[in-house]
Amino acid sequence: MTDKAKLLEKIASERILILDGAMGTMIQRHGLTEADYRGKEYADWPSDLKGNNDLLSITKPEVIEGIHAAFFEAGADIIETNTFNSTAVSLADYGMSALARDFNLASARLARKVADEFTAKTPDKPRFVAGAIGPMNKTLSLSPDVNNPGYRDVEFDDVAAAYKEQVEALIDGGVDIILIETIFDTLNAKAAIFATEEVFEERAIRLPIILSCTVTDRSGRNLSGQTIEAFWYSVRHAKPFAVGLNCAFGAELLRPYAVALNRVANTRVSIYPNAGLPNELGEYDETPAMTAEQLEGWAKEGLFNIVGGCCGTTPDHIRAIANAVKAYGPRKIPALEPEMRLSGLDPLTIIGQSAA
Amino acid sequence: MTRPTAQFINIGERTNVAGSAKFKKLIFEEKYDEAVAIARQQVEGGAQIIDINFDDAMLDAETAMPKFLKLIAAEPDIARVPVMIDSSKWHVIEAGLKCVQGKAVVNSISLKEGEEPFLAQARRVMRYGAAVVVMAFDEKGQADTVERKFNICKRSYELLTGIGFPPEDIIFDPNIFAVATGIEEHNNYGVDFIEAVKLIKAHLPYAKVSGGVSNVSFSFRGNDPVREAMHSVFLYHAVRAGMDMGIVNAGQLAVYADIPAELRERVEDVILNRRPDATERLLDIAGDYKGDGVKAQKADLSWREAPVAKRLEYALVKGISDYIEEDTEAARQEAAAPIQVIEGPLMDGMNVVGDLFGSGQMFLPQVVKSARVMKQAVAYLQPYIEAEKQAGSKAKGRIVMATVKGDVHDIGKNIVGVVLQCNNFEVIDLGVMVPWADILKAANDSDADMIGLSGLITPSLDEMCTVAAEMERAGMKIPLLIGGATTSRVHTAVKIEPNYSGPLVHVLDASRAVGVASTLMSVDLKAPFVAKTAAEYEDIRVKRAAAPKADRLVTLDAARANKATPDFEGFTPVRPAFTGVKVFDDYPLEDLVERIDWTPFFRTWELAGNYPAILDDKVVGESARSLFADAQAMLKQVIAEKWLTAKGVVGFWPAAADGDDIVLYTGDNREEELSRLYCLRQQVEKRAGRANDCLSDFVAPKGTKPDWVGGFAVTAGHGIEPHLARFKAAHDDYSDIMLKAIADRLAEAFAERLHERVRKEFWAYAPDEALANEDLIKERYQGIRPAPGYPACPDHSAKPELFRLLDATEKAGIVLTESFAMVPTAAVSGYYFAHPEARYFGVGKIGEDQVADYAERRGISLDEAKRFLRPNLAD
Repeated sequence: MTDKAKLLEKIASERILILDGAMGTMIQRHGLTEADYRGKEYADWPSDLKGNNDLLSITKPEVIEGIHAAFFEAGADIIETNTFNSTAVSLADYGMSALARDFNLASARLARKVADEFTAKTPDKPRFVAGAIGPMNKTLSLSPDVNNPGYRDVEFDDVAAAYKEQVEALIDGGVDIILIETIFDTLNAKAAIFATEEVFEERAIRLPIILSCTVTDRSGRNLSGQTIEAFWYSVRHAKPFAVGLNCAFGAELLRPYAVALNRVANTRVSIYPNAGLPNELGEYDETPAMTAEQLEGWAKEGLFNIVGGCCGTTPDHIRAIANAVKAYGPRKIPALEPEMRLSGLDPLTIIGQSAA
Repeated sequence: MTRPTAQFINIGERTNVAGSAKFKKLIFEEKYDEAVAIARQQVEGGAQIIDINFDDAMLDAETAMPKFLKLIAAEPDIARVPVMIDSSKWHVIEAGLKCVQGKAVVNSISLKEGEEPFLAQARRVMRYGAAVVVMAFDEKGQADTVERKFNICKRSYELLTGIGFPPEDIIFDPNIFAVATGIEEHNNYGVDFIEAVKLIKAHLPYAKVSGGVSNVSFSFRGNDPVREAMHSVFLYHAVRAGMDMGIVNAGQLAVYADIPAELRERVEDVILNRRPDATERLLDIAGDYKGDGVKAQKADLSWREAPVAKRLEYALVKGISDYIEEDTEAARQEAAAPIQVIEGPLMDGMNVVGDLFGSGQMFLPQVVKSARVMKQAVAYLQPYIEAEKQAGSKAKGRIVMATVKGDVHDIGKNIVGVVLQCNNFEVIDLGVMVPWADILKAANDSDADMIGLSGLITPSLDEMCTVAAEMERAGMKIPLLIGGATTSRVHTAVKIEPNYSGPLVHVLDASRAVGVASTLMSVDLKAPFVAKTAAEYEDIRVKRAAAPKADRLVTLDAARANKATPDFEGFTPVRPAFTGVKVFDDYPLEDLVERIDWTPFFRTWELAGNYPAILDDKVVGESARSLFADAQAMLKQVIAEKWLTAKGVVGFWPAAADGDDIVLYTGDNREEELSRLYCLRQQVEKRAGRANDCLSDFVAPKGTKPDWVGGFAVTAGHGIEPHLARFKAAHDDYSDIMLKAIADRLAEAFAERLHERVRKEFWAYAPDEALANEDLIKERYQGIRPAPGYPACPDHSAKPELFRLLDATEKAGIVLTESFAMVPTAAVSGYYFAHPEARYFGVGKIGEDQVADYAERRGISLDEAKRFLRPNLAD
């Protein structure tokens, strides 16, 4: 284990860790134009680049730096790199697959720099960087063609290779944590875990892993159809530092699944909900006070070890959340009987027969 | 119990080219759809994990494995269970692991090639996040003795845990080998396995044990009864030793206690290697059990020699009524009083039936047959009991049951009644169309312990709320049970519960009824159960209240703007052969038989699976075959003796779409309106490219091309009553339910056949259609026949107008109840639409704006419209 990992574990045993809020929401506020996205570097790129947020770490680094700093100012212990879509598979939308490594490297270095500046300012509150690994725009469990359910437009090996490239570059850029997030297809996440383990093995290191699932509808399942318990059984071989939920709903609607996860997760739990549900204009209406009040209730019940925000959450939200949960200790990690826990879409725990 | 308990995990073996000739054939023929259906049957049949294997010299397993796994990933009813990726080739296993999102099991790895490849594979398994089966196999070969089996497992365990493999993710397969092969060294193989299981469970913490059970009986190929007995005896002992799971054909598993004593003893001698001549002694009698049913005949004779109590039990469990009066009389003569026969041997026998049903070893049709035997015995004793004026014994509980006012469907209710009676409940069945006042009165008069309400059509949901509210008003506190096809836990929790403060439980199907009713009668269990159920319902309500609208609705205007736009440019509607109506006064039943869709018939009896595959289902196949044989016999009689008369009426009218209405005209000049069909439009927000459908979209709009719409009402239920009365008098619920189910099937078949003739003959828009029955069932024809009260036109209250147009009551003898249920019950009515793009759809949730618009169009009050459309109202 790295020294940073040990330090992280120590802090996590003492108090609730604060994660940052929404990168996308903050970028939106800057009202950037196509020209801003292109910058000097990609002025002549053949396709539109507006909306390619990860690119801004190269063309508008000061914007991304400012956002990271604002979240640290607000009280975050951990910030996420601006790399949600930085895989060869997802960047194909912009014809930028070949640049995946550059994107990850640039974003990770940027976040590292800001984190180190803040750690230097307040050494008693060390800051961490989580390398953000998104779900990709192609899924391994679902067919994009309704008439051909056995078809896939991407294969496990492609996905694992793209994630491996991303993990390598994030580590080269100096991240402390690997954060596989917004998991809506568990098989994509398993490929990411596979790739991460491969990198760890090759480099003989281990960074803490955080896995964060996204429940996509009120049935309590992710997009590929698993319940939260089934999801956990599918990925617990990663022995993650934390497992959790993010995005999809605000805290209120996320609660039943957070409770379900709490029952089975024998590791830390992380929660970063949206600021409520989007309104007709796609905006998030939940105020910092509203989000914080919900999450304070959760903290009181001991439902998480790490908390932050997803879509629609600003530095004000993070500040309010950090203040609200300050008084409460982290969730206690329960021990789980070592039973065989398999899963399809649903979980299956096999309690062994005892010999007569 | 005598079969593996709930904890024992059944691993389905049919999706294995080595284990199933049928599966292999389908894969070779590239019929993956049908191969997927086999996976589904296994899950429906109770497999908790499915083993998937494509190892065959002639197959490219590395291609087939991912292809099949991706296909079943798209089927939630299959993908819900974990898969076992089974291959002797590592690269096939790895190709499979790349396709499963769940935590799967790898079957298998072993020390066969030495430690290095074993550990390398184990590390990969960990990285993919799977559990693993380890075969008791090492560099020297497969382990046969108990020492070798255990030592290899122990060595494997230590190696695996040494690299951090979680011990709870290890399953050992210590090799089940064939016994009774004639080779002396093989005799102890059963014992070796069982002993190895004990050692593994004692010394290798958290490890599990599995095995392929059918190997053990390999030397008795061709003699299924003996093989089944061997599997059953083997598992009986192996599970007790700690075996956790097995690759099993559950349909081929005899009930341990049911194995004839002689056979069981000799099988046990073989499995447990109890005497040197065990194999010979089993061979001596094996021939007697060979073949289907031959020995059963012989066994039939032998059970007659048992003491009378055992004979009664046997007759009840097997549903044999041939000797019941004789045996009941014999028991009566032995008993001090006739009532003691009921309280003693008969109830004991029914308790055995109840246990077997409760543990999934008997299925509904068999239980209903048992009940028939029981009732016949009780009927026989009744005069003696009355003569002695003995007080009846106290039943376990008393339940008043009824199909609510306005509804006439009672098959499900009757099944629940029978099952409860089998379990010593007194059932007061008030029949169908029972007003709430009668239900409450009967409950009070009889001092009932609970009330059960049933209903099939959607208006019955409202009526159940009324009954609940009236029970509340009357200050009743007894439990209220809710059942029937349209009822649900959510409806019960959200709509019925607020009306009644007493205990309220939704009962999913007949198999749950006994458990629920017994719990409600239990002094200790009732309170916690009631509290738990109430809490669950509260939770459902809270979640629903907190939920955003599950479906996002668009405004009616927006929905109309996104109407379905079938091609009317390139399609010219065909003029039907006649307009007005045509009557079938006595449609020949023989013409309907081949149109019968049997799958729903099995569902009525709570046997899950599709016909004809269900007949070979490993779990319910035997039960399904016996039920099907009885159904065929009765169907033959129904036709030969003309028990039922099928009547129907079909009509066509000139029509045009007018907004969401369909206007029907009196004549081809389309000047005078005959009637209007008020259709409902989907309002759920659609994905781009999907329309908000409404039936009127499939009729040519007013002022464009001439078009037509049809209607029909058919029944196959005339003449059923005297036969039902006859069965009731004979205490024969089995035949009663059977006949109703057959009449339902004939009515559906009539609707199907008539639709076919409409397409080819009467409307004749598809005169050259040639489709097989399977295609008909899958609705692969042009045009649709939606029925009022069903998803495309969910308002049952549209039926009176359809009936008026068809003059269906006069011409087909079908009447409507106040809730618009049809009598006779075996009846179907609906509309015909001919456009090639016309499709079935569900209207789903609709908004306030459409309800108001609908009320306005129909000229009814808003409240009335809301009542009719309640199930479709967005909440």
